[in-house]
Amino acid sequence: MQISEDALKKAYRQMKTIRMFEERLHDEIMTGEIAGFTHLYAGQEAVAVGVCEHLDFNDTIASTHRGHGHCIAKGCDVKGMMLEIYGRADGICKGKGGSMHIADIEKGMLGANGIVGGGPPIVVGAALAAKLYGDGRLAVAFSGDGACNQGTTFEAMNLAVVTNAPAIFAFENNHYSEHTGVAYAVGSEDIAGRAESFGMKAWRVDGCDFFKVYETMGEVVDHVRAGKGPAAVEFDTERFFGHFEGDPQNYRGEGEIARLRKERDCITIFREHAAKNKLVSKKDLDAIDKEVSDLIDKSVEESRAAAPPKAEDVLTDVYIDYI
Amino acid sequence: MAELMLREAILQTLFAEMERDENVVVLGEDIVGGMGTEGGPEAIGGIWGTSAGLYDKFGGDRVIDTPISESAIIGAAGGLGLTGKRPVAEIMFADFLGVCMDQIWNQMAKFRYMFGGKTECPAVVRMIYGAGLNAAAQHSQAPHGILTSMPGLKVVMPSTPADAKGLLTTAIRDQDPVIFLEHKALYAEKGEVPEGEYTIPFGHARLAHAGEDVTIVAAGLMVKFATKAAQGLAEQGIGCDVIDLRTTSPLDEEAILDSVENTGRLVVVDESPPRCGLATDIVSLVTNKAYASLKAPPEMVTSPHTPVPFARELEKAYLPSPGKIADAVQRTLAWK
Repeated sequence: MQISEDALKKAYRQMKTIRMFEERLHDEIMTGEIAGFTHLYAGQEAVAVGVCEHLDFNDTIASTHRGHGHCIAKGCDVKGMMLEIYGRADGICKGKGGSMHIADIEKGMLGANGIVGGGPPIVVGAALAAKLYGDGRLAVAFSGDGACNQGTTFEAMNLAVVTNAPAIFAFENNHYSEHTGVAYAVGSEDIAGRAESFGMKAWRVDGCDFFKVYETMGEVVDHVRAGKGPAAVEFDTERFFGHFEGDPQNYRGEGEIARLRKERDCITIFREHAAKNKLVSKKDLDAIDKEVSDLIDKSVEESRAAAPPKAEDVLTDVYIDYI
Repeated sequence: MAELMLREAILQTLFAEMERDENVVVLGEDIVGGMGTEGGPEAIGGIWGTSAGLYDKFGGDRVIDTPISESAIIGAAGGLGLTGKRPVAEIMFADFLGVCMDQIWNQMAKFRYMFGGKTECPAVVRMIYGAGLNAAAQHSQAPHGILTSMPGLKVVMPSTPADAKGLLTTAIRDQDPVIFLEHKALYAEKGEVPEGEYTIPFGHARLAHAGEDVTIVAAGLMVKFATKAAQGLAEQGIGCDVIDLRTTSPLDEEAILDSVENTGRLVVVDESPPRCGLATDIVSLVTNKAYASLKAPPEMVTSPHTPVPFARELEKAYLPSPGKIADAVQRTLAWK
């Protein structure tokens, strides 16, 4: 599948933005300035970006508790996200959502979700609406290998098939459901097979290789936009950090994280592929790194200095017309 | 005015709103019925008769018959609502709240707040609730208390066919998630229903019966029982205000407090068990805000702290009744 140099640069910029956003959060959380629970997406960037590169603003996605990557890939404002994670009044959700509830409906981002398996039923609704709009739009449910064991996900897959809804179930198998290995928690051979058994077409792809994700998603999106029913994709990917920040990760094998970072880093794989095939110059990619680094620095700096919400704002935004 | 059964008022309202606004979509189990059978679609037309004919008129894209998957139904309603549609989902028995609680409690109810007030989810969830048909513990409950306790939901409990029309129309046009509770024992209830455009604003109680001595507060089927009790008491020279709440969220506090300030006596009738429920909530409100007006301790007439039983005799013992309500009124009058 052909992809223009500009599109590649954009994809790289987004992957790098997610990576630096998450790496920086990992450091900043250590300072104690950021409250609450944070789940980092680093390692899985090629999936969010490889999927969202095929979507436009009419297409919708629902995300997970590990949602920063999906938000950035779908076009949410990076500074607004950082402000939100710092719990500031000018955050993308005015400090009311935090890391696990970032959403931007205008951008087609229907929300990160604190409940594992919370997103897929919502995505079926968005897909049913998409069908009524009749303009080829679709909806994507990002889920992990944990959510593939939730009944809500099964219900959503079946309902999508029964109603021929233009939904894509994107399963990011990072091999860990919280602190438990997929070898223990998923009883079937794989996740894609489960989707197939519900009556939809499913693909399996290496989620650490942007080019493979992008190519596969081209087929998947064409299938769904053509009205051939819902589809599923299982991405084999890796989680570089713990389940949440502060997770001691004593369930990891010896040297596992170092090995993953060496062999399975989607950013490194992207750069190697781009260099080998002369797609984007190293100079251009280095320049993007610098721009992204500046954006993240600025976001953190501004978030630190930004005002918190006012106490009286606790009462607003429950209902549209009354408190 | 036309005389309609409450179930007919619901069906006519769905018809009218689907005709008025193409964004209105209905979904639920067997709301078409007969899909995938030799008998074909509309063989059933919805088990309550509240969706019969919608599929033939509006088609399968807007009248979505779903598998038995309550989480997916409510989740889909949430997703439809977030993306510009006006879904009206049906939960065939409100007891099935147990299998879709997450999508109501953690998702739909919280979208607007979690997302900083930047989203709207104009979804209606119709739930058929209540005891009186010997349907036993998992098909008879009245979960309005649980739902009313959830910030982000509006909760509606019509007691007459006219209110069913006016409140359902308002619910469908409202921009927030609304739980619309229809009592199965009221479906055959007849009453005059205004024709044409008819809406009733939320948070405005209805005075179902007027009197000077005691205030009775109720919702849904309990309004019928309370009114019957009040009519009997009137013959004995005892006057009761019967306040039909219509909506438990928002709650018309003013109507309750105004009446109690006049009567000085309060009886709250609630079909659900007594702990942490609607009755305790209203008694608390009144003792806190109209304490000086009270001439007697408030009375609660509720179901006992038990599941809903099956046998006729047991269910009768379980439910509040006009007789139990009249007894409570007499207790408040006898208190010294």
